Amino acid sequence: MANVPEGLYYSKDHEWLKVEGDTGTVGITDHAQHSLGDVVYVELPKQGESFSAHDTFGSVESVKAVSELFLPVAGEVTEVNESLTDEPEQVNNDPYGAGWMLRVKLSNRGEVDSLLSAAEYEDYIGSLE
Amino acid sequence: MSATPLKQTPLNAMHRRLGGRMVEFGGWDMPVQYPAGTVEEHQATRTRAGLFDVSHMGEIEVRGPGAIAFVNRLCSNDASKLVDGQAQYSALTTERGTVVDDLLVYRFGPEHLLLVVNASTTDKDWDWITSHKGEEDVQLSNRSADFCQIALQGPSAINILQTLTETPLEEIKYYHFREGKVDGVDAIISRTGYTGEDGFEVYAAPGHAEALWQKMLDAGRYGEPDGVLPCGLAARNTLRLEAGMSLYGHEITEETTLLEANLGWITKLNKGDFTGREALAHQKEEGIKRKLVGFEVTDRGIARDGQDVYVDGRLAGQVTSGSPAPYLKKNIGLAYVPVEHANVGREIHVDVRGRKVAARIVPVPFYKRSRQ
Repeated sequence: MANVPEGLYYSKDHEWLKVEGDTGTVGITDHAQHSLGDVVYVELPKQGESFSAHDTFGSVESVKAVSELFLPVAGEVTEVNESLTDEPEQVNNDPYGAGWMLRVKLSNRGEVDSLLSAAEYEDYIGSLE
Repeated sequence: MSATPLKQTPLNAMHRRLGGRMVEFGGWDMPVQYPAGTVEEHQATRTRAGLFDVSHMGEIEVRGPGAIAFVNRLCSNDASKLVDGQAQYSALTTERGTVVDDLLVYRFGPEHLLLVVNASTTDKDWDWITSHKGEEDVQLSNRSADFCQIALQGPSAINILQTLTETPLEEIKYYHFREGKVDGVDAIISRTGYTGEDGFEVYAAPGHAEALWQKMLDAGRYGEPDGVLPCGLAARNTLRLEAGMSLYGHEITEETTLLEANLGWITKLNKGDFTGREALAHQKEEGIKRKLVGFEVTDRGIARDGQDVYVDGRLAGQVTSGSPAPYLKKNIGLAYVPVEHANVGREIHVDVRGRKVAARIVPVPFYKRSRQ
């Protein structure tokens, strides 16, 4: 069973969002990393870039496939996880921790209400199987 | 996707028990990877042993006094050079010298050959072969459902398989085979493979597939840190790509000729007439216009199948296969480029989703195993 921690917001594109004040931290879910298989490459935007909700902000690649990454909410990138350049496997090993991808300054805090809770996301991935 | 249900090999339930992630491949329900993951499966095959279900491959039997002449008329390599117990890489060619399929030709006797063809093209090949029947005295039968095929590949493959058979495996030379018993059942033991490693492909009746697979896992100490790993289609693909081998539908198609695909070595223009010989002889004389090359990505980024290749800023061709190479730890690929640019060391660019990523043409194969 995929790990779906409480206290995070989730998107149907399998990203998670952790909100602290007006800062959001973004990564992909355990379910997503498991479906992808061994992550060998992560392409992330630069600090300072701005995105609307649901914009593609990068891509994550396994040996077999490429998956686009979608930002669950609008924001400006304040920090990217540079360590994924050399150690992309952190996305597999610790998707909610060391495998985080971006920190963004949220443009509209209210957007998080459209995202799924842990329980809702769990139901959602259950419905995909 | 068609509505027809996916075909299953006799190992389908086994793959599910082992936690294989099943995907559609050429109309078959096949494992793309097991829980260890593609990278581990790939490394296991390079350093120890990997086990592959290739039962989806097709087998077409050609019997009769005209067997060799018939196969020689349809295929590019020279089947008359085979001796009993030998296998040969060859291709079914169109009149244009392009490729209907690539295949192995096994010679059991002067009047008995077996063609082992790709899974997704088995029906097409069968139609092609039967519709090109001519004067030769041959009987053709599609034996695809009569065999399971299990590939045990890697440096330890010989030692693992030897525990299950009395056939002295060391005596079977590369691209040769013996009929014998494996785990007490009739089998064809072929020293062939699609990984760039030493190894064997074992053919047997499908009812024995599960027991053979399990015995090979046990003999290879599956589950222990240095044991054999079952490998899915993803590892099969990265292994063959590192070894520079073509995949039908990618490097070779009905739109690519054997000469463009660097398969001149299986194109025997002087053996007598065969389908496509004239076109290929003509192309050889005129010179090919494009050529399959290997490349290594020098920027950050991974080239993928179908992406455009640029030389000197101009669109020059396409990537036929692109992937991370788990053993080499590089991002590699094969691509068609104009022959005037097809020299080792040349810089090319691959359009990776809108970003022009630099790469360098390198010799193929990318990986060559060290022989003792």
